[in-house]
Parts: sequence; C-alpha cells; structure tokens
Amino acid sequence: MSLRIVVCVKYVPDATGDRRFADDHTTDREAVDGLLSELDEYGVEQALRIAEASGDAEVTVLTVGPDDAKDALKKALSMGADKAVHVNDEDIHGTDVIGTSAIVAKALEKTGFDLVICGMASTDGTMGVLPALLAERLGLPQVTLLSEVSVEDGTVKGRRDGDAATELVEAALPAVVSVTDQSGEARYPSFKGIMAAKKKPVQSYDLDDLGIEADEVGLGGSWTAVETVTERPARTAGTIVKDEGEGGKQLAGYLADQKFI
Amino acid sequence: MAEILVLVDHADGVVRKPALELLTLARRVGEPSAVVLGAGAAAADIAAKVAEFGAAKVYVADGAEFADYLVVPKVDALTQIAKAADAAAVLVTSSGEGKEIAARVALRLGSGIITDAVDLEAGDGGPVATQSVFAASFQVKSKVSHGAPVITVKPNAVAPEAVAAAGAVENVTVAFTGNAAKVTSRTPRVSSGRPELTEAAIVVSGGRGVGEASGFRVVEELADSLGAAVGASRAAVDAGWYPHSNQVGQTGKQVSPQLYVAAGISGAIQHRAGMQTSKTIVAINKDAEAPIFELVDYGVVGDLFEVLPQLTAEVKARKG
Repeated sequence: MSLRIVVCVKYVPDATGDRRFADDHTTDREAVDGLLSELDEYGVEQALRIAEASGDAEVTVLTVGPDDAKDALKKALSMGADKAVHVNDEDIHGTDVIGTSAIVAKALEKTGFDLVICGMASTDGTMGVLPALLAERLGLPQVTLLSEVSVEDGTVKGRRDGDAATELVEAALPAVVSVTDQSGEARYPSFKGIMAAKKKPVQSYDLDDLGIEADEVGLGGSWTAVETVTERPARTAGTIVKDEGEGGKQLAGYLADQKFI
Repeated sequence: MAEILVLVDHADGVVRKPALELLTLARRVGEPSAVVLGAGAAAADIAAKVAEFGAAKVYVADGAEFADYLVVPKVDALTQIAKAADAAAVLVTSSGEGKEIAARVALRLGSGIITDAVDLEAGDGGPVATQSVFAASFQVKSKVSHGAPVITVKPNAVAPEAVAAAGAVENVTVAFTGNAAKVTSRTPRVSSGRPELTEAAIVVSGGRGVGEASGFRVVEELADSLGAAVGASRAAVDAGWYPHSNQVGQTGKQVSPQLYVAAGISGAIQHRAGMQTSKTIVAINKDAEAPIFELVDYGVVGDLFEVLPQLTAEVKARKG
C-alpha cells in the first residue's frame, strides 16, 4: 500500500512586510500579503523527496486557515503535492497553539496518514511546538528538528542537530517529523507544476466535519490571553562615522565609554 | 508559597547559565524548585549549584531512557513531578528541545503555553510573560489563562542572582511511557572554546561582507579580544563560510547580548529578527545605506578588514 504523507503548512503574513496586530490582539492578516511560510517549504520538499524515493507514495498538504490560506496550498500543490486539505471555519479565528493542534490532529485522522511532516516553526508565531503537540495528541513518536531525513522499510530516520550534540534518531511509522531549513533547498514550482496544481483536489472541512465544538477553539477557547501589545519604539539614531583611517580606534573609544572594554 | 518548577538544562555535568536565569525569574512569582533529569553522577553537584541560586527543592530523576529516547522521557518526568508537587508554574529554557518538552507537558497538564518569553513578572492571577515578536518590532505581554502556566524563557532574559536556599534533594522514580523516537547515536558538539552564542554577553557576527570563510579570522580575533561569541548571518552560513550552529537570525539563534557587533552584515529582516533586542548594537559596513545602520548605537562606514583589526589591537592595548 502506498505511503501516505501529509505535510502540515501554514499561511502567514510576509515577514518582509510591516506585520501588525489587529484590535483583538490577533495577527492582522489584512495589513500584509500572506504566503506559504518559508519554513514549511522545507517540509513540502522533504515530503516530495521521500515520495520520489519510495516510488509509491501520495503527498497531501494540509492547512488550517482563512479563505486566503488556499494560496499556501496552491503553492505546495504546484511544487508537486498530490492533493490538499483545507480546514476553514470562522470560529477558528484567534485559536492558540493548543487548540490548533487539536484541529490539525483531527484533520490528520480524518485524512489518514503514515507520515506527518511539518516545518520547524512558522515564520509568524515562531513557537516551533506544533509537531510535538501533534505527536502527543496522536500518541506517535516525534522525530523532529531534523536536518536530514529518510524513510526506509517503514522506519523514519534522521539527524537532529541540537545545541549540545548531534543525534541520529529513528522511529517506526506512523510518526510525526519536523525538518529544519538545513534539510535541503526547496524546489521552485515549474510552469507545468503550476498548471497541474489547478486541477488537483482540495478537500475542505469545517469544525463540524471534524467533530470539534466552536467553544473549544477561537479566542474564547484559548488557554493563553494577550494583555497588551506595544510597538517597540524605533531605536534612537546612533552615531555614524566614516572610517578615514581611525574608524577602529573611534569604535574602541565608544566601547570604552560604554564600559565594554 | 507557590512552587515553581524549573527544568534545569545541563551539559557535561554542568548547569547551563539559562537555568540559573530561570531560577532568578521563578523567585519573582513563587518559590523555585529545580528538576534535574538524566544527570547521572553529576546530579549532586548540579543540585548544590542550583541551591546557590534559590532552589528550595531539587527533584532528581535518572535512567538510561533520558539519553536513549527523544523528548518523551523528560516529558514523563516533568509532568509527573509537576502533578505531584501541584506546581503553580513550570519554566523551561527556550531551546528547540526545551520548547518541545514544555509543549507536551502543557498538554498533559491541561495548561496553556507561552514560548520565548524575554521577561517574566508577577501579575494578578499568575505570571505575566513578555515576548518580543514580529522580528522584535512588538512587545507582547500575555498570561496563561488555563491550568498551571508552562512558559519557556529565552537565554539572557535576566542576570542570574545567587541566593542561598535549602536545595533539598528528592529522588523521583519516573513511570516512563512509550511512543518515543530512539536516539541511536549522539555526538557532542565540539566546543570552540568561546562562550555559547545565546548566552554570551557580547556577540561579534560576520556576514556577506566577510567575503570568504577565511575572512572570519578577523571576526574571531575581535571576538576573542572581547571574550565574545561568534555569530554569522544567513548569507554567510548559506555560502558555507561558517557553521549553521552559529547562525543568528529568524531561522538560527536569537540573541540578546549586552553588545552586538555586526561586521559586513546588511541587516535584512531575517537577521534583525535574531538580534534586534540586543542592548547595544554597533556595525561596520562598507555601504552607508545598509539597513543595519538604522539600528545601531554606533556605526562605522568602512572596510571591515581595516576597521576590525584596528579595533582588536586597540581592545588588546586597552585591556593591557
């Protein structure tokens, strides 16, 4: 039976734009154009490579997000994923990561999978905890933060570069994997891929379809609460000097004044 | 008094500095207890150290599982101890593994989680965490509204304060669960002899302007004269000039040192996300228009291969 890979992706505001908060302290999705989180492209890439190596695999890309999040799915489909799942329900607005993990876990169970692949973190929230939460909810091994990953004979193996050590890790499928930006450059969609993506199936689910009550999610169901959001004051303009032979000494003088030397 | 659990990050039998910072923050919101997992024979020394920094109790658990399996054994232990102690909050260092452990503990405890706090203070109804978000352009204060708060804190959030406490050791036997990935080999990272990037008081980083791998020598020499850690921009890492473990930025390490020196770094958003909260920022760049100069307290427009060696010589001369 073919290997069923599901890649979890997120539609995020472009990090190069002027990202802001809405009045309810959620991410303002109107202020900046959205796109597939760059770090999730690595997840899609590794899913496609594993699928190509296996010869008999199906790659589904899954997202939870508003209408526009279909753009993130389209990008992943044009890279080569076979089909997509879009969980979209207005009651999801404001859901925290605990609630999001419940939605994604239900959607994964409904979709069916042997291997779940995530990016290392989103580029907006940057928590990096969803893969661990999915593993916890699904009762599966987490094989996460991998810089190298492969699947062979029903076992996923990878290299995890931690702060203190590099570890080789493995687990039998089914399992939840996350990959870092060191795992391998993501491919660009080809023209053919972009055209083909238009015909690929996108399955939509709402909370009802997943058997989740509205009060379990959203701002009301969130287990964390934002109290204040403050824009960081622009750094006050510093002193800029042009090096005319004494730049290093001038800088040393500044560092000495600031007691760094 | 409310018991606050601190998961103690340790390497080679030594407590890592961020754990002492967590103990200091924990004292603001309750009474700290340290949790020391998988330290083997070093547990006694670690317990003594955390007692010097305010740990009233030290929970110690050991077993081969901590080294043999990924994340889950630590989740089992921390959850079990948090439940038994009826902990009022759980604090964990914001590393890749730390955040994963914290998230699963939160779910098992029925608690909300906040990651990457840069500060923590007591508030009405529990700790209030400060986060620096959207590439450090906003500060967000938030709290956990359900269950005992689980909060991960970035290194350098606070200066560790030594305060002697009882440090009463309690040995814990953990009921391990399963469904964990197996660790089949572990290679400790070779130490550069320099401070840890995320913990260092001073960081000197090089970027595209360094030009080639060997160009990092002037960056390292300045770092060594200042007792600093060495960082690199994504451009320099992607070019293969410096290891990824030293990358500063959104997809690398986020640093917040007292002094950040950016040499030959333009200051793209991806890099700013990793260093914008540094207390003092100085930059050396040929291009007077480089966005990094918008952030600096002091900037030198010039060739880093001229400026850095002169600065290094001056630092050495002044330090005698």
